[in-house]
Amino acid sequence: MTGLSIENLSMRFDLPGAGSIQALKDVSIDLKAGELLSVLGPSGCGKTTLLNIVAGFLAPTDGRIILNGHEVHGPDAERGMVFQQGALFEWMSVRENVGFGPSMKGMPKNNKAEIVDHLLDVVGLQDFKEKAVYELSGGMQQRVALARCLANDPDVILMDEPLGALDALTREKMQSLVLKLWKETGKTIILITHSVEEALLLGERLIVMAPRPGRIHTEYRLPFAELGVGQDLREVKKHPDFAIKREEILGMIWDMEEEIMGRTEVSA
Amino acid sequence: MTGFIFLAIYIAIFAAAFFIVTQVIMRARTRDYTSLKTVTFGDESAVRPNRAAGIISIFTVFLMWGIFTGSNWLPGFLHAPGPFQGTAKFTYTAEAEGNQRDDATVTVVVHPRGTPQDAPEVAPGDGFAKDDSATVAQWRTVLINVDRNDDITKKDGARVIAIDGRKIAPGGSVKIDGGVVNLSDKGTPNFEPARGWQMEPLYLPAPEDVWARTLKIADEGFRNTSLLGHLGYSLFRVIIGFICGAIVGIPLGYAMGLSNWFRGWFDPIVEFMRPVPPLALIPLVIIWAGIGETGKIILLFLAALWIMAIAARSGVSGVNIAKVHAAYSLGASKWQIMRHVIIPNSLPEIFTGARVAMGVCWGTVVAAELVAAEQGAGMMIMTASKFQNTDIVIMGIILIGVIGFGIDMLMRWAERILVPWKGKS
Repeated sequence: MTGLSIENLSMRFDLPGAGSIQALKDVSIDLKAGELLSVLGPSGCGKTTLLNIVAGFLAPTDGRIILNGHEVHGPDAERGMVFQQGALFEWMSVRENVGFGPSMKGMPKNNKAEIVDHLLDVVGLQDFKEKAVYELSGGMQQRVALARCLANDPDVILMDEPLGALDALTREKMQSLVLKLWKETGKTIILITHSVEEALLLGERLIVMAPRPGRIHTEYRLPFAELGVGQDLREVKKHPDFAIKREEILGMIWDMEEEIMGRTEVSA
Repeated sequence: MTGFIFLAIYIAIFAAAFFIVTQVIMRARTRDYTSLKTVTFGDESAVRPNRAAGIISIFTVFLMWGIFTGSNWLPGFLHAPGPFQGTAKFTYTAEAEGNQRDDATVTVVVHPRGTPQDAPEVAPGDGFAKDDSATVAQWRTVLINVDRNDDITKKDGARVIAIDGRKIAPGGSVKIDGGVVNLSDKGTPNFEPARGWQMEPLYLPAPEDVWARTLKIADEGFRNTSLLGHLGYSLFRVIIGFICGAIVGIPLGYAMGLSNWFRGWFDPIVEFMRPVPPLALIPLVIIWAGIGETGKIILLFLAALWIMAIAARSGVSGVNIAKVHAAYSLGASKWQIMRHVIIPNSLPEIFTGARVAMGVCWGTVVAAELVAAEQGAGMMIMTASKFQNTDIVIMGIILIGVIGFGIDMLMRWAERILVPWKGKS
């Protein structure tokens, strides 16, 4: 059985002193191999916790993650991760960063060089191969992070707001790149984002999460990711359904935020 | 008094150089980005050291040194007034019982300290008070027993009542050309030649004397060891002590950064030892290990150990958790994460620690050598000071400063080459 299933995941952190926080409650998601899922929600809804559990950085208090038939315990190269920023190794060149995964596996140099070269072509950084990563712009650094993740050929790619720190123009280009990579590599991708537009554009499936406790609120199946492959994303945004969905989801998140605010005021 | 003049001259040079460089020369500077800033006061990035000021500052130090020591590297008109040299004369008036008064002349030859001269022969003259002569070195005083050759001496009741016609009582003083005559409590004139504004070589030798002494010691050595030998001993101790401290301290810091148990165990020790100045350990180390090499290396080891341990610990603790997570999800093992993430990530911190540790070690070794040593830069200046060889002391201080500066420059250079990613994350 291929694919990723998240089964009845619950996460509770004990606070120092008294009490605890229910970060996730009974979250279940089934992903087929090659699906692109975006996860959206107000801050504090447990998106990042969910991703950290799938990556294996956190053990859930309840439930389990099954990937290709086996249960996940701890991080592994089968689940690659792209972080928002700061996760590149600045003591390595672009080439060494991208080749990090293969090096750790002890892959022969020639094979590794081939993979690295190919991926640098894909992300368009061939000319920056020997540069130090701190010499690159933010967008380029995220392209290195994507290539580094792909170099390991993981089954699942987890993206934790990978484009959150980029400017609007760069962000749009990177969104196209993510779609292109998704289509070309056929990877299963879970992408966490704050941006409703990005979630719509980059989600074959879109899950909106609600906070306190973190849970799945609504799930959508969307056509925009398919439409956007190899397309100008601005054209996709002109799609009549796009605006409707965007308003719907924005309204949903607004309501959640207001509810939180109200609750905080009452409790205070 | 001289101090105020010194300060006034220094401030005058500072102000004049500032005015000349900024108002006259800097007008023609390039129009780079910083020069076009209209807001510079309060903008720290707009404040860069002025090259010209730096050069003039160093030059001024030597200039002031030369002015107040009468250096022959400077033309004579730049010298501060020197001490009196030559022949001073004064007359004293002696009074014996029965209001009998007589004048006599005293001739004093003031000579430089290094070249003693004989007192000149003088004719005794007439009257019961006879003329006298004496000799004195610059910056020294001479007690002149003027009654020694007189017909009526102090024992017979003769007293000095005036110098150059001005009345004087025991404890009083009279200014004459070339100095001051003080009358001692017992009524004997004491001649003090004018000191001028220059420093006595015993306190501050002229730069050329220090230079000449440096050449001489470089050539002949000092206390059976060559100059390079002394400096080499000090450097050798620093390097061995530092390496030992780093070899133990860095793994200790890593262990403290990576393990709860190590952190808990060593935190109290490290946090206690860190604020103890290494100098405070010198007596204990001497008691334990004597004044030989072992003791010094133990001391420097202790000086470097805590600094390196703390640097390594904060290097490990400072790793962005995203980097570690990224490495794990790229399939790295614990050992590979140590080797490829934690160690390189901690290197900038370790280098900063190493720079601090080298500086502290250099200071500590000199201090330890001041206390007790057979060789070394500190021993050299301490021994020289006991023999009042101020020129060697100053030479030693300059060399210690230059080497300390050189060590720091070397460490910075190594840092640029070896950890170019410092501060870039």
